[in-house]
Amino acid sequence: MNDGLVVQLLASAVLFGTPLLIAALGELLAERSGILNLGVEGMMLVGAVSGFLVSQRIGGAGWTALLVAVVAAGVVGGGMGLIHAFLTVTLRANQIVSGLALTIFGGAIGLSSYIGDSQHLTGQAARHQFEAINLFGLSDLPILGPVLFHHTLFVYGSWVLVAAVAYYLYRTRAGLHLRAVGEDPAAADAMGISVTGYRYVHTVAGGVFAGVAGAFYTLALSGNWSNGITAGAGWIALAMVVLAFWRPELVVVGAYLFGGIAALGPNLQARNVSLPPELFSALPYLMTIVVLVLVSSAWARGRLNAPAALGTAYMRGE
Amino acid sequence: MTADLIRLERRLATPRWLMLAVPAAAGVVALLLAAIFLAATGRDPISTYRQMAQASITRDGALSATMITATPLLLTGLAAAIAFRMRAWNIGGEGQLYIGAIAAAGAGLVVGGQGLAVALPAMCLAGMAGGALWAAIPGLLRAHLNTNEILTSLMLNYVAALLGYYLIFGSGSYWRDLTSPGAQVFPQGKEIAATSWWPGFLAPGVVLPLGFLVGIACAVGLFVTIRSTRFGFRLRVVSDSPRAALYAGIRTKRAFVLVMVLSGALAGLAGVSQVGDFAHQLDPKGLQGAAYGYTGIVVAALARYNPIGVILAALFMGALANAGLSLAGSDFPQGLVGMIEGIILFCALGGEVLSRYRIRVGRGSRALASVVASDSTAPAPRVDGIAGEGAGQGGAEVDMGTGRIL
Repeated sequence: MNDGLVVQLLASAVLFGTPLLIAALGELLAERSGILNLGVEGMMLVGAVSGFLVSQRIGGAGWTALLVAVVAAGVVGGGMGLIHAFLTVTLRANQIVSGLALTIFGGAIGLSSYIGDSQHLTGQAARHQFEAINLFGLSDLPILGPVLFHHTLFVYGSWVLVAAVAYYLYRTRAGLHLRAVGEDPAAADAMGISVTGYRYVHTVAGGVFAGVAGAFYTLALSGNWSNGITAGAGWIALAMVVLAFWRPELVVVGAYLFGGIAALGPNLQARNVSLPPELFSALPYLMTIVVLVLVSSAWARGRLNAPAALGTAYMRGE
Repeated sequence: MTADLIRLERRLATPRWLMLAVPAAAGVVALLLAAIFLAATGRDPISTYRQMAQASITRDGALSATMITATPLLLTGLAAAIAFRMRAWNIGGEGQLYIGAIAAAGAGLVVGGQGLAVALPAMCLAGMAGGALWAAIPGLLRAHLNTNEILTSLMLNYVAALLGYYLIFGSGSYWRDLTSPGAQVFPQGKEIAATSWWPGFLAPGVVLPLGFLVGIACAVGLFVTIRSTRFGFRLRVVSDSPRAALYAGIRTKRAFVLVMVLSGALAGLAGVSQVGDFAHQLDPKGLQGAAYGYTGIVVAALARYNPIGVILAALFMGALANAGLSLAGSDFPQGLVGMIEGIILFCALGGEVLSRYRIRVGRGSRALASVVASDSTAPAPRVDGIAGEGAGQGGAEVDMGTGRIL
């Protein structure tokens, strides 16, 4: 029962959806503060390569190495988020172009490739990997067991993250201030909330999340580094925020849906279904377009819920 | 209320010298920052840069090689410049280039035997139409269904790349070479007839590809169109002041789609010239490795979205890209060129601020704060933009409307 195609597909939907989930949660925080960051793909790639580099080079037990690697990926991602924050918040540069610059800087032809190449990481077998954990002994349950409870700590951590972000956003004073900054920075400013501070903190947080999400690829999913390993997942994570109406609880749904679509190709190929692999590879991108169109069409417009100040710089008195 | 350490005051007018100085400084600062990074990671920046200069400028034939990479960048740079200038965020130039190359290679294979006089227009038309159609998808979705064109145009890049891979690696398509012995070992595209390869023109010390001359013609045409025609004026009104455009009865949705289509056609043309000038076959892997579509965005931003400026920026970025491509595989650091491109874009964006604002550092007195306040009473610069300063200048003002992100 636990080996059926559907069960495996659902299990890998959770697996492939996890990096999308983490990256989208981070981007959601940044966008809630009014900062659009198109650099997710670049930050993920740099996080992926940095995490892998650290886990390969560091000595000691597997767990400490992996922990340090994930922290390193987060720090590097956060650093890239800081560049974006400086350009868009302090210098009021165009957010779209700045985010693209971040992706070009970090992406498959940039920093991540430089690190991977100069440290000879391509083709190295991983020394440490996150192992699947039988959570509370539940992974023997039929269907639910393999789908939900036979995963790495990374996956369980992402669930905690969703709850934490949702709680932060809806139940804390800082979350309320964050939403105010994203909706009406002038009003927030008048209330004494630091628009600059909130935008900096949450753009950097978005970078940290993206870096950690990237590390998932090298430390929990594939077990090695190859150039451009995220293959556009950063862009799908960006779309995920729109599809989830900027709500963390809905990001879970979208992430696992797209995780499932991404997993479809490998799973069917393993069962010798002979369709062009390019078709399966294209499916997540095509589906993103289809769902974006559905979400943005008149049917959903009333409930879209985008932060009103998203993408705009704020300057007091302007 | 926090007093920010760095404060900006809006300039009423941008000094003319800054418009040239800022992009030039961006290039220099980016090279310096990358040099510091190289030194910090244990490489010799001077010898690395010398290597690059040899590959792109000084070595025999290096300038001609630079022109080969500058040509697609000129066209994708124009594609990004026209789109971004009009606030249509087409980041699908990469995919539109692939589709242009696919269409042009197809046309070249069909009519290539009939000579350049037939093949040249056929390839250009096919490639431009392909790129335009590919860009029309996000354009129409944005105009009529309010779908964010940034994400849709980007997603289509991956789809176009996979289509190219399918045609050469995944199927026995018309584009694929199934006969020659080399192609049995490693899949490759069918070559178009040599009589239809695009000619190069000999200038002192450098061979100019036909595509580059086409690109210059496009740049001049675009500059004149935006600056001096009614069509260009309307586009400027739509992008700089959508509300004014509505009052004036300009069809804003149609204008948006037109800009996207125009941008896609230019990016498609870049793909055409890759086939006609350079590869003479469909080479999806080579196109993807070069990433001319994405680099075109850097070119456009460096040129401040001015079509004439794009020519200069394309030459500079072409030299950089050529160094990256021709030195790849040796002991040259992979990824360095993309990093420099990213840093150039950061610097160009930062420099943009210099030309729009005066920068005050330090916690200032109340007197300064009142200057900020009085500045804000000045007429909104966006209105100046409509009055039609220069083609590229309004682009400096770009910001995103609220509805844009949906």
